[in-house]
Amino acid sequence: MLFYLTIILCCQLAGELLVAATGAPVPGPVAGMVILFAGLSLNKGIPEGLAKVGDALLGHLSLLFVPAGVGVMLHLQLLATDWLPVTLALFISTALTVVVTAAIMSALGRGERSS
Amino acid sequence: MKSIESLRDIWVYLAASPLLHLTLTLIAYQIGSWIYRKGRLNPLLNPVLIAVGIVVSLLLLTKTSYSTYFDGAQFVHFLLGPATVALALPLYRQFETVKHSAPAILASIIAGSLTASLTAVFIVWLMGGAGDTLISIAPKSVTAPVAMGISERLGGLPSLTAVLVILTGITGAMLGPPILNLIGVKDWAARGLAIGTASHGIGTARALQVNEVAGAFSGLAMGLNALATALLLPILWRLIF
Repeated sequence: MLFYLTIILCCQLAGELLVAATGAPVPGPVAGMVILFAGLSLNKGIPEGLAKVGDALLGHLSLLFVPAGVGVMLHLQLLATDWLPVTLALFISTALTVVVTAAIMSALGRGERSS
Repeated sequence: MKSIESLRDIWVYLAASPLLHLTLTLIAYQIGSWIYRKGRLNPLLNPVLIAVGIVVSLLLLTKTSYSTYFDGAQFVHFLLGPATVALALPLYRQFETVKHSAPAILASIIAGSLTASLTAVFIVWLMGGAGDTLISIAPKSVTAPVAMGISERLGGLPSLTAVLVILTGITGAMLGPPILNLIGVKDWAARGLAIGTASHGIGTARALQVNEVAGAFSGLAMGLNALATALLLPILWRLIF
């Protein structure tokens, strides 16, 4: 368990270093994800222990957003003023994003399968 | 009298240690999850929303500052990084499917990324929102740590962005499935991709619970959308403003 947790942290650290060194606009953990993915491809499989640690982290992914979400208390005043634009933007823009992404994927994906 | 004083001493001691707010975060989330399960995973009963509501109410009632709270909660917040790295696992498991439809995936995620940023900024501008709100909402569909970086680069408020990102995640997790049903998208890959692009990790957390394929595509979309938005938005911003 601890070994694979160390591996995950090493990937993240390597990602952070890579981003800092190259000035890439990608965040460190995303670079770390790419590094771990490359490692899995070289290894040609997911070790059982890594699957356990990774799935434990991902199984409670929503919990990890609570501390940042509580930050809403810092902006109650601004949100009280701008609640209407913000609410409309969140609902309409998020709905449009879901529709656009799914529609393009469905159209292109279907074309690929039939060919 | 003495016992009241010692009780207050204990409270002062606990309130200053990270343990109290770390535990509060976990308990609030347990309550949120319990309500979510009791409500048969109804997306309106999002556990993050419930947990945030409980914690914010308690902090405001006890006049506790966010930075005091964060001293404890940072241990949970920290795990976002390793969890993002771990998204390589569902991605690897679905790699064969993903590889097969790479052009379709890229096209839909880039279109989704632009839709998410531009429509949000346009609506806030149209409704006369403040400048801070306008900038901070632009990266709203990107996973929190990345979105905060983008917001800072554009001159927004990173902590406001974090909140808007979470609210977007909850909105997408709530609205996504019914909208996809409404427009008749049944393919798990397309559903996952749409949810992940619109609502990052919160949508992915929900997609993982529903279907492994949807979860993997959602995780992939979250990663690629972070990449696409981090690359495209600063360039577009310079062109528009």
